[in-house]
Amino acid sequence: MTQLALVIDLNVCVGCHACVTSCKSWNTSGSAGPLADANPYGADPSGTFFNRVQTYEVGQFPDTETVHFPKSCLHCEDPPCVPVCPTGASYKRESDGVVLVDYDKCIGCNYCSWACPYGARELDEHRKEMSKCTLCVDRIDNEALPKDDRKPACVMACPTQARLFGDIHDPASEVSVAIREQGGYQLMPEWGTRPSNHYLPRRKMVIQLQDDQAGRVDNPLKVDGKLLKPRIDEPALDDVTSW
Amino acid sequence: MNPAFSVIFLTTLIGVGQGLFLALYTARVLVFVGAIALPDSRSFFVLGSAISLFFLASGLTASFFHLGHPERAWRAVMKWRTSWLSREVIVLPVFMLTVFLYGLMCYLGWQSGSNRIAQGVVETIGALAAVLCIVLFICTGMVYASIRFLQEWASPLTLINYFLLGSMSGYTLAAGFSAFLAPHLMRMYACIAFSLIVISFMTRVASLYRNARIRPCSTVQTATGIYHPKVVQKAQGSMGGSFNTRHYFHGKTRQVIRSVKWIFPVLVFVLPALLLAGSLSDIAHPFLLIVTFVIQYVGLLAERWFFFAQANHPQNLYYQQVS
Repeated sequence: MTQLALVIDLNVCVGCHACVTSCKSWNTSGSAGPLADANPYGADPSGTFFNRVQTYEVGQFPDTETVHFPKSCLHCEDPPCVPVCPTGASYKRESDGVVLVDYDKCIGCNYCSWACPYGARELDEHRKEMSKCTLCVDRIDNEALPKDDRKPACVMACPTQARLFGDIHDPASEVSVAIREQGGYQLMPEWGTRPSNHYLPRRKMVIQLQDDQAGRVDNPLKVDGKLLKPRIDEPALDDVTSW
Repeated sequence: MNPAFSVIFLTTLIGVGQGLFLALYTARVLVFVGAIALPDSRSFFVLGSAISLFFLASGLTASFFHLGHPERAWRAVMKWRTSWLSREVIVLPVFMLTVFLYGLMCYLGWQSGSNRIAQGVVETIGALAAVLCIVLFICTGMVYASIRFLQEWASPLTLINYFLLGSMSGYTLAAGFSAFLAPHLMRMYACIAFSLIVISFMTRVASLYRNARIRPCSTVQTATGIYHPKVVQKAQGSMGGSFNTRHYFHGKTRQVIRSVKWIFPVLVFVLPALLLAGSLSDIAHPFLLIVTFVIQYVGLLAERWFFFAQANHPQNLYYQQVS
């Protein structure tokens, strides 16, 4: 079974909102219809977004860290929003595990959003239909696009490559390796929803630099000439010979 | 949650309609076992069914205002296997149909006529409607109790309260209504309504007690996966709020919440109990019972508003700070 998902590296995200704007621009132009934008340039702007970057401050001043936290639908493996939908508009695609809304069937009763602990669903103000992240199914399914572009718009846009996309059920995929080797975790594990999207935690990035590492004692610029110069058919060794 | 008036009216209005039908059916059962004399069935059962139907239809109408696409509402019958909302959407109209048929048959005089088959049909439809009435209470309660993330609702007390509060308002209305059409039943209805007030007061206070002591399963730490004792949101990713802030925050002050918490028990339980007790004296005017029902219904609106406002959705953890 395939389960497509995003893996978001909180250690790398710089909070630039490029994923937010590219998501909005791709999805508001799609065949499903525009995403509402009420009063976009006014004092009280409001609109539908599938993806938002939130910011948290961790710790007590002055020992604080700022964590930028992109949040979209987590495409749960056991999505609580799906069985509660009275019309069947909300469904999980069998082929790749993407949780989707059939907008033509949605009656806008909000019940699925009550059943989502993550607040991942937003009722579009103009269309009056429940909308949510689709993992850009219209990109990943689109055979007219070059193979490398068949990824969600947010993944394409991220300048720091904080967003990985792939099949978390394939143990060899980039996302599975990242989850396994970099401590990938799920949000609100206490509810047993088993979100597919994972987050990679903040890591301490401290480099221990010794004096001799900063200035190499065997700096080739100074010592190369003194090293042995083996014949062309003899084996060469780094830092020992001049080749 | 931000209480939606469409849902407040839906749940309170169908509660009255269901309770009133149960009250009518109680009289029917008591007549059947010979405990009371048959009231003039034409006006009592026909008008009773009509009033019950009126409340049910008003509730159904109110529910449409909750929908973004009311024209697609028929689709809501599709997922009855998994969704309590779908089950409610199916049971409500079917229940209304049985109440309508019951009233119609009483109007045609099948109930008291000499035709045994006709009488059997009326009894069957009445029993079916009573069963559907209970099933509808269960569906309505489960719509709320089945959302495990809303810990204030995820309790059997939610189901019990929907059943008891709905029945209570229906029997109070039945007491007022029978004072005009079947005075010999008024005392019985007032006594049942009084007992229901006492019982539902206890169960509603029990749920208030429970909800005041809830420990949320989710915290900002589990929501973000950052297990530091101090994690504070500085931006929620929108500058002027969103669906998530509009739909899940009532935006009222703590004082408003606290006052509604004290006002609704007075209107729903205390005043109606006193008025019902008073109306049992011989000098009381039947109109007093109608006033009792109106006070109780207004109280139920406040009760339902509070029911929604008190529910704290875990998604709120992600929407603490607009900036």
